[in-house]
Amino acid sequence: MRYKIEVVDKPGIFDAVGQGVRKDICDLGISSVKEVKFIQVYLLAGNLAEGQVESICEELLTDNVAQDYKILSGNPQTSPKSNQHVVEVAYNPGVMDPVEESVLKGIRDLGISDVESVKTAKKYILHGKLSSAQLKTISEKLLYNKLIQHVSSSRSPEEDTKHQPGYSFNLVMVDLLSASDKKLLEISKKGQLFLNLNEMRRIRDHFRKLKRDPTDCELETVAQTWSEHCYHKTFRGNIAYKESGACPSLGNKSIKSLLKSTIMKVTNELNKPWCVSVFKDNAGVIKFDEQNNICFKVETHNHPSALEPFGGANTGIGGVIRDPMGTGLGAKPILNSDVFCFAPPDMAFNKVPTGSLHPKRVMKGVVSGVRDYGNKMGIPTVNGAILFHEHFAGNPLVYCGTVGIMPKDKSFKKTNTGDLVVVVGGATGRDGIHGATFSSGELTHESETVSSGAVQIGNPIQEKKMLDTILQARDANLYSAITDCGAGGLSSAVGEMGAELGAKVYLDKVPLKYSGLSYMEIWISESQERMVLSVPPKNIDKLIKVFSDENVQATVIGEFTDTKRLELFYNDNLVCDLDMRFLHEGIPQIAKKALYIQAKHREPNIPAKKNLTADLLKLLAHYDICSKEWVIRQYDHEVQAGSVIKPLAGLQNDGPSDASVTRPLFDSQKGIIISNGINFRFGFIDPYWMAASCIDEALRQVVSVGGSLKEVAILDNFCWGNPDKPDRLGGLVRAAYGCYDTAKAFGVPFISGKDSLYNEFSVHGKSTAIPGTLLISAISVMEDVNKSVSMYAKQAGDLIYVVGNTRDELGGSHYYDLYAAVGNQAPKVYHQEAKKIFSALSKAANKGLVKAMHDCSDGGLGVALAEMVFSGGLGADIFLGQVPYKSASSRNDFLLFSESNSRFVVEVEKKKQKEFEKTLKGLPFGLAGCLSSGNDFKIYGLDGEPCVNADSRKLKDAWREPLKW
Amino acid sequence: MQKPKVCVLRSAGTNCDKETAAAFKLAGGEPELAHINSLVSGAKSLNDFQILALPGGFSYGDDVASGKIFANELRFKLADSLREFIRAGKLIIGICNGFQILVKSGLLPGSTELKQNTSLIINDSGKFEDRWVYLKPGGRCVWTKGLKNIIYLPVAHGEGKFLAQDKNVLKSLKDNGQVVFRYCDSSGKLSGYPDNPNGSIENIAGICDKTGRILGLMPHPERHLFSMQHPRNWNLKSKKEGDGLQIFKNGVKYVRDNL
Repeated sequence: MRYKIEVVDKPGIFDAVGQGVRKDICDLGISSVKEVKFIQVYLLAGNLAEGQVESICEELLTDNVAQDYKILSGNPQTSPKSNQHVVEVAYNPGVMDPVEESVLKGIRDLGISDVESVKTAKKYILHGKLSSAQLKTISEKLLYNKLIQHVSSSRSPEEDTKHQPGYSFNLVMVDLLSASDKKLLEISKKGQLFLNLNEMRRIRDHFRKLKRDPTDCELETVAQTWSEHCYHKTFRGNIAYKESGACPSLGNKSIKSLLKSTIMKVTNELNKPWCVSVFKDNAGVIKFDEQNNICFKVETHNHPSALEPFGGANTGIGGVIRDPMGTGLGAKPILNSDVFCFAPPDMAFNKVPTGSLHPKRVMKGVVSGVRDYGNKMGIPTVNGAILFHEHFAGNPLVYCGTVGIMPKDKSFKKTNTGDLVVVVGGATGRDGIHGATFSSGELTHESETVSSGAVQIGNPIQEKKMLDTILQARDANLYSAITDCGAGGLSSAVGEMGAELGAKVYLDKVPLKYSGLSYMEIWISESQERMVLSVPPKNIDKLIKVFSDENVQATVIGEFTDTKRLELFYNDNLVCDLDMRFLHEGIPQIAKKALYIQAKHREPNIPAKKNLTADLLKLLAHYDICSKEWVIRQYDHEVQAGSVIKPLAGLQNDGPSDASVTRPLFDSQKGIIISNGINFRFGFIDPYWMAASCIDEALRQVVSVGGSLKEVAILDNFCWGNPDKPDRLGGLVRAAYGCYDTAKAFGVPFISGKDSLYNEFSVHGKSTAIPGTLLISAISVMEDVNKSVSMYAKQAGDLIYVVGNTRDELGGSHYYDLYAAVGNQAPKVYHQEAKKIFSALSKAANKGLVKAMHDCSDGGLGVALAEMVFSGGLGADIFLGQVPYKSASSRNDFLLFSESNSRFVVEVEKKKQKEFEKTLKGLPFGLAGCLSSGNDFKIYGLDGEPCVNADSRKLKDAWREPLKW
Repeated sequence: MQKPKVCVLRSAGTNCDKETAAAFKLAGGEPELAHINSLVSGAKSLNDFQILALPGGFSYGDDVASGKIFANELRFKLADSLREFIRAGKLIIGICNGFQILVKSGLLPGSTELKQNTSLIINDSGKFEDRWVYLKPGGRCVWTKGLKNIIYLPVAHGEGKFLAQDKNVLKSLKDNGQVVFRYCDSSGKLSGYPDNPNGSIENIAGICDKTGRILGLMPHPERHLFSMQHPRNWNLKSKKEGDGLQIFKNGVKYVRDNL
């Protein structure tokens, strides 16, 4: 029997979900919908006795205080009343319904065991006049995503809950030996392998030597291991680089491994003793205290988020959380950091590229996805950034980062011959096939149909259960190594763990979500929430008990050998037999061309103005700069009770903090600082200086909260266009060298990184690349969190200092963006001066001389001053004549809005003036004014006349308004 | 003297267990984390504890409704041992998801048949929100002795709007001194969103049973144990204790004095 149950709020209960949808419909420009009613639908299948359905409804599915229910047998279609429209959205077959497992458990807890399956659906009743076209718009733009869902009236419920067909074994060989070049490329394309001709030839030649064709499984395994996503071919390959007109000039050169020539080179040269494990494990590891290490990893999940924002971001954060969990013998995740780039949320619908979702929907979906996973995992999201540009319309960027902590003696792993291969966590399904290879190519307007298998929805509770049990098994020393199943699934996890030894895996032993998967699908499926352990046989019973005690599956699926071969079986049939050396080292060296020609942009002609208040208001309302409170509040940033400097600060807890400070242990005053630097606009001018600025920004935020450069490690995350195009690769090379020079000068090592290339979106062959974007994430250990400093102004009468030189570096600034220009003078980093400033301000903060500090970044000094003052609910009088300014033009607007690096606004109590100034002796700083009670925010220009005169509350309103959804 | 033993009960999706245990430890108790399966299987017993704490989180993903599946486990698998625990005059505290579990299981406002007559439903704003709120303590509850007139704690939830089945239920809550915390502004005045972050009726943030020994609240006292956790802590650095700690101290002291 099948039962359809509808749960609806009782009359008089405020329908918050329905209200939210109604508001979103208004945002679409459809104003005729007066009310939306939300109904939760459950579809149960099973043979239930009399009264059992009612008891499931009453005891489990309905909140009898607030809700009513209705049981419908079969799937009756009630005809809606006039001006009433019903949209019912259900998951497509094969898509995991995250609610199913919990509901089945809840039903079993009632003593009812005959329910076979549970599916959920969401039903919306829209009241109001709508044309069928409008209804279609609402459904498609708001209510469902056809990649994972459908409007269920179009299918019968039989179809929704039907079982997957069975699978009968059939070994598939790929005819490679006799394949021509043309045929090789065809095989690569048809199989979504994303391998080039050279690589296909290498595989063919390898199998020719073996005198046999590969199985489909062997070919897939090689394709995944060699994918850009897993192998980072561009960063490890040979590059022939040429440039013209660039400053500083790198010279034409041939680069052997960009990674080793830049990012890893800094780390090797600096050779910091507190770097515990770098560029080896799933996350970079540094020392925290005498007992513990901490690790940090930042990942991207751009392509999946473009297609299905909720699911993409959801599994993106789920995936990066498994990185620390899979580092060493497993770290406990203690904080998340998220950075996004979208197209502007008010983009006209007709400007959105064909095949893409509207940026506002993308943004809302991404934020919900991160909220859902991070909050449910109980990991605070303490830091982040959101930036906007039209060229992110087809290809948004979703960076997710996680920090973990682990005991010092649990920081390394070693798989041994004879260890069992154990998969723990969720079961394997058909979801997420080809994620690794899919993200190694460009998105097109057809990606949504071609690659829909790469889109998944996460199940955070599955991951939380797995985390709880893994940490128990770790502390009981029950396993010898651990890694996560990310891109490439078991294939990449087992392949990596057994790379030095060899492994045998029995694919028929892998627990499945449903029957019907072929051996190959089992091997490459990227189903979420799984990890692989290597377990000494003597511990296996104890280990399985730790997991089963908390309802987590742990299954032996094979063993690590000493054959240096990867051998896979399905019901005793050998389906893959690969030489590990060929798999991991056989990839042909890639040779790419890179060309950088210095771009020339238009310089805007902005007349000098007396009054800059209007410009300041516009800048505060710029999407990059405005308040992100709507997003931040949806993340739990207090869970684990360690937050010290929170993402929102100020008199009303709503000002924009610089870095975050977290205290991870209850019995220690040590803290962790996390910050990020990102500004793709400078990259329009020169990616070299963009990289330098990103590092400076991340570091000056560390300094802003009272940290120092003594123990700061950084992570690089490049999101770039197609590196097979020489102009895109040219910019990437410059950015990487910018990273090397700047990190080296500041003495901060990289400990981990990631690149996501091929971020382009093409419609009918015309390709748009994203702006080349680098995210620098910084992590630092703080000795005493009690010395941390927040960004908001504290007390009237206190002095305001501006520290660091402002130069006429308006190129790529938000001020120029207001005038639709880029300009040519991107901010540079003056390393020696910057280092001295950072060090002096760290000292001042450590001595307790600093009451508030805020760094100058997007929007320059003007925005930094305004944010600091309005967050403190105060006023200020500021004199630009006192601000250190190295300029030929002497313009108030340039001084206020230039985005020069290494600058800070600092609040100092009058009685500490002398000591503060002594600490900064010899450095560029100026006593620029003081804080006042009330809300008058006045800036006096270089001529002594007021150039900004505003009520700080008005400034704050302008800053809060744009994303106050 | 033996330290009061606290059972910090967790399940799939519980995520505030460590800090709740830390709070009781700081308050002088002896906390122990226990998975619900271990109580159901008999590997651990509620008899060995004087305080039961239900921490925050998303038990079973809050699927169906927040706290619902966990609440049913209490009702159908642990009802007898819970009744015995309560009869013995022992203490229960439920924070955030724990409060939702207490309400959905009927342990609050308190009925022996474990029948639900109040609820915590989706916030009026329709979304999860994390913010600090001012609370006015009141009612008759062993957990709130000696609290300041207004305390400051963070909330972080999507389903925290308190609701009673009918006027009588609400009236008896008030008449019996079972309304323990109300959302207010910084001066103590009852006020609307965002001071009342979820639209709870009569600004109710926490309630207790008639004995005052079972407390449930949406805000997180375990996240304000130290003044450094306060969002505006710059001039509190000489002060060490946060507003939430007293609640845990009260529980521990009550057990010392009475059990």
